[in-house]
Amino acid sequence: MLRANGGGKTNEIAMKLALGPLLYYWPRQATLDFYADIADSTVDIVYLGETVCSRRHELRLDDWLEVAGVLAAAGKEVLLSTQALIESESDLKALRRIVAQGEFGVEANDMGAVRLLAAAGRRDWVAGPTLNVFNPATLGLLQDAGARRWVMAPEMSGAALADLLAGMEQTPQTEVFAWGRLPLAHSARCFTARHFNLQKDTCEFRCLGMSEGIVLRTREGEPFLTLNGVQTQSARVYNLLGDLPALRAHAGVLRISPQGEHTRALVDTFRAALAGELSPAAALEHSRQWMNDAPCNGFWHGRPGVEQYVAA
Amino acid sequence: MNPSQRIELVCPAGSLPALKTAIDHGADCVYLGFKDATNARNFTGLNFDPASMREGVRYAHQRGRKVLLALNTYPQAGNWGDWTAAVDRAAEMELDAVILADPGLMAYAAKTHPQLRLHLSVQGSATSYEAINFYHERFGIQRAVLPRVLSLAQVEQVIANTPVEIEVFGFGGLCVMVEGRCALSAYATGESPNCNGACSPGKHVRWEQTPQGMETRLNGILIDRFADGERAGYPTLCKGRFDVNGETYYAIEEPTSLNTLELLPEIARAGVRAIKIEGRQRSPAYVTQVTKVWRAALDRVMADADNFTVQPAWMAELNKVSEGQSHTLGAYYRPWK
Repeated sequence: MLRANGGGKTNEIAMKLALGPLLYYWPRQATLDFYADIADSTVDIVYLGETVCSRRHELRLDDWLEVAGVLAAAGKEVLLSTQALIESESDLKALRRIVAQGEFGVEANDMGAVRLLAAAGRRDWVAGPTLNVFNPATLGLLQDAGARRWVMAPEMSGAALADLLAGMEQTPQTEVFAWGRLPLAHSARCFTARHFNLQKDTCEFRCLGMSEGIVLRTREGEPFLTLNGVQTQSARVYNLLGDLPALRAHAGVLRISPQGEHTRALVDTFRAALAGELSPAAALEHSRQWMNDAPCNGFWHGRPGVEQYVAA
Repeated sequence: MNPSQRIELVCPAGSLPALKTAIDHGADCVYLGFKDATNARNFTGLNFDPASMREGVRYAHQRGRKVLLALNTYPQAGNWGDWTAAVDRAAEMELDAVILADPGLMAYAAKTHPQLRLHLSVQGSATSYEAINFYHERFGIQRAVLPRVLSLAQVEQVIANTPVEIEVFGFGGLCVMVEGRCALSAYATGESPNCNGACSPGKHVRWEQTPQGMETRLNGILIDRFADGERAGYPTLCKGRFDVNGETYYAIEEPTSLNTLELLPEIARAGVRAIKIEGRQRSPAYVTQVTKVWRAALDRVMADADNFTVQPAWMAELNKVSEGQSHTLGAYYRPWK
């Protein structure tokens, strides 16, 4: 049963809202317009940069830094996210440039990034969701290496999170992926190029302008996954608005993953729910108008991720 | 190839008979796991209890071969003790190395059993020398198994920039996703390679003959449908046929096996130190067949890489045991991407 927020608690720190890195490949102007709009939004933290595919280049690092400057001037905490799958020497070069800039924090999305950040003595980085942090020993290690926040792997449950945090000597700031199609897998192969019978090296940038990838359906027509270049996402939208009371107990930051439209309205909905202006159940209902597929929240409840679980 | 560098043949053992046949047919190392979620092939009827593992280690060591223990899933706070106990047992049973993915567990192993050799599992998703060197500096890993995502030139680049020995997959079932970075099975079934050691687990599989053909489902989700006369494959969820924009095809990957036999001379020249055969879930007959062929091929390439040619009989034998009776070079071959 969904409980109302217990209001009177004094040990709760105000929960922050973060906008995760843009996982799709949008035209340059659309991307710039999107972030100009975000600068005016009430989101607290923004992660920037290309995390999915090194071939995507509508914005280069210098462009991202410029966007970062505008967002920082608008009062946002801005971080640059590193690519999740590093393959080539030029991928490493891009990674080193992100680590070398000192103006903005960094989200480390593979252990190579962790090594470089630790070696640079940086203490302002975030352990990203692809690092597979599942236990206190591993998280403690990353804290020692300089991580000041971590993003839980989406496949981890709320109960496992509670157990992990109970085992920490030094309480970390925890960020939970709370909205968006779930990033489920990365590959060396590009499934978008494959769909068009193209090879990745000559992909013609077919993913450009697909606002949220391509839906993959079962042979019964049921939406199942989303093809986003080398990344595979869920077709359903992970939506933890109905689970805010449990989230409040453990998470300090909630991540909203950018979607094709209405991202700013989503930020407002989360904000209203956090402020108690909307009950979790009402917020969930309210958000349905901005979802392009059915909601799911199974991972948070320790169940198959595809499920939409409501406790009896 | 540096002639002093022998390439080890690392073969799978899901049971004691598989272990023995791998050793008998020329494996330099076998890798195996306990009967629980501490390894990435946590399947019913598979793997070793402590007694059979002791016997396996004895059998291998008497013949001068090595046994590597896969402890390559990610422990959580609630079951942490099962994984550390498995590390302790590995040290006590004198296994030659443990293959780990979790950094916390590596730190435990390095501190508690400094003499125990550590390998970084493919589940650790380390695809660059920067990542591999992180594990080397922090925990002293001596070998890393590369995810099946790099081209040969990229493998060479890794080897040139790390003191860690590099092991690559040579043959067997092909993960099209980066190992350790795939939650597709968790999404569909709640059980993942990362946390449960299982992908598309059997208990969620349903085969059903329907008027449209044989349907295979995973936790109710239709993975594929086979016409009469089509061979119905196991519903590994990335190897089904799906509909994308009105077109039905293997949208992610065909049911096929990785086979890098023809690349062996280049693999040897790149400085790869070990070749891994996938398939702990496969039968002793599979292990026999594949070990025999790869032993012969590796001996040939180490003797004379320049004049190495793939014998048709080798390919014929391997194709017999391949998934879907077909094979691919995977990411080693750029157009595959």
